[in-house]
Amino acid sequence: MSASLAVPAPRAAAPNSYWAGVRRRLLRDRVTLICGGILLLMLLAMILAPYIAPHPPFQGSMVRRLKPIGFPGYPLGTDELGRDMLTRLIYGGRLSWIMGITPVAIAFVVGGFLGIAAGFAGGGLNMLIMRVTDVFYAFPSVLLAVAISGALGSGISNAILALTMVFIPPVIRVAETVTTSVRNLDYVEAARASGAGAFTIVRVHVLPNVLGPIFVYATGLISVAMILASGLSFLGLGTRPPEPEWGLMLNTLRAAIYTQPVVSVLPGICIFVTSICFNLLSDGLRSAMDVRQ
Amino acid sequence: MLLYLLRRVLYAIPIALSVSLVCFMLVHIAPGDPINAIVPPDAPADVVEQVRISYGLDKPLPIQFAIWLGHVVTGDLGRSLATGRAIWPDLSNALVNTLILAVTAATIGFVLGCFLGCLAASFLGTWVDRLAVGLAVAGVSVPHYWLGMVMVIIFSVTLNVLPAMGAGPDGSGSFGLDWAHLRYLVLPAVTLCVIPMGIVTRAVRGIVAEILNQDFVTTLRGKGLRRSGVLWHVVKNAAPNALAVMGLQLGYLMGGSILVETVFSWPGTGFLLNNAIFQRDIPVLQGTILVLAMFFVALNLGVDLLQTAIDPRIRRA
Repeated sequence: MSASLAVPAPRAAAPNSYWAGVRRRLLRDRVTLICGGILLLMLLAMILAPYIAPHPPFQGSMVRRLKPIGFPGYPLGTDELGRDMLTRLIYGGRLSWIMGITPVAIAFVVGGFLGIAAGFAGGGLNMLIMRVTDVFYAFPSVLLAVAISGALGSGISNAILALTMVFIPPVIRVAETVTTSVRNLDYVEAARASGAGAFTIVRVHVLPNVLGPIFVYATGLISVAMILASGLSFLGLGTRPPEPEWGLMLNTLRAAIYTQPVVSVLPGICIFVTSICFNLLSDGLRSAMDVRQ
Repeated sequence: MLLYLLRRVLYAIPIALSVSLVCFMLVHIAPGDPINAIVPPDAPADVVEQVRISYGLDKPLPIQFAIWLGHVVTGDLGRSLATGRAIWPDLSNALVNTLILAVTAATIGFVLGCFLGCLAASFLGTWVDRLAVGLAVAGVSVPHYWLGMVMVIIFSVTLNVLPAMGAGPDGSGSFGLDWAHLRYLVLPAVTLCVIPMGIVTRAVRGIVAEILNQDFVTTLRGKGLRRSGVLWHVVKNAAPNALAVMGLQLGYLMGGSILVETVFSWPGTGFLLNNAIFQRDIPVLQGTILVLAMFFVALNLGVDLLQTAIDPRIRRA
């Protein structure tokens, strides 16, 4: 037995996996990291709202109405009913985020399922799903959201339902396109030839390759969804007063632009920052995951 | 070619029918008996019955749809619950105002977007590119109803140079081509133009960057063609795709101006919709959405045909 056999074989280099690469690229992308950090901070503030908010969100005062920024005890001033702006902005984010993210999440699941089904099955099912999608594509998105929630009446669940209807068709389209291109690849053909069933092929070969692009596309929709959700509330179609929500707060503060212009635009800044961060985060994810669309 | 045109036009018909079906269903997804969406709540019972029969609401849904469609194609969109007036005359006025606003905003947005997009593509990876892309991201991420408020605060409240609401000095909805009227258009149009500006910038940047990468551009430069000459070739190649993006954007502006029109009390379809929502005036809601959606369908068709016409590479048969 020679000594050389005792030398342990050099450990195989860590597999240069796809996700390790994605993580490395994300960690190098400063803009994406900053946006993710801002969003995480906002999320934390909303979750911890009862502990960090300086005042109760519904407590108003007739003598403290529309105070400017920096008013003692009210760092961001007060709204038209004398409620603390900082508190209501923190609480308002909860509903704005829920109304913006829930429709996209539902659309990701439902639209992804329908789109993958259409792309994988092809034929008649594809025809059916894609032609119905075409119909909803014939409405500008804002109009469709306003139409559905306008007919259903105001309310959070109606607004979420309307926005979900808006975002399902585009997700279906993307999912169908990616699935169709994956379905025609050689390894799917090979799997089929070796006797794999449709379910196995979808689970093992299709899903891992299509979920990434669909997910990245969906994250890009969150930004639009936030603007639309707050927009519906701004029109009086989403949340109802006195519930704090950024779009609704903008609406009720509109009358105050002559007296407290800076305070009255604060909720809009929150929507803007959230939306732009989600947008850049999605862009960062797209380039890190190397998704081309 | 002719066959393609014919097929594309024919394909628009089932889409248009389905769109009207969705609009028709709006009344039926509204909570409660659809008759309540047509007659005021305090109407006497025999009148309600009469209306129910005259609207065919006692018949099955497919027949109701056919009856409604028959009314719609003859231009009868029904009557407003709130005012009792026929919907179409008010709607057509509002449509003109919305068109004025949307076309102005689209023009500004397209020009800025094409300029920024070309600039970014020519200086890919430099600070010029980053600035243009940054502007584009801001444009698509900004809640435009909020931007409208900020514009009013800056230009109407603080500087007092432009009017904050309405479409004309007399308070009427009519529009004229003089400065007294045009100044009312400035703020809403600038507010609304940021969305197409952002989207067109991104799209044009991508399209132009890809073309600049192609071999024929190198050839053109190699044979000593002037910059303007090369630019002309690039524009010719980018136009069909850029046009498609812009056509869609015009449609989105027509439907999407509701929020901006609300902020500026611009007497267009968005304002009409907003009032209809407030008064739960479902017939007005339905009619306005139907007309806007039909406009969008027609626009899509037009863009598609135009794209085919100007791009010799597309030979769809």
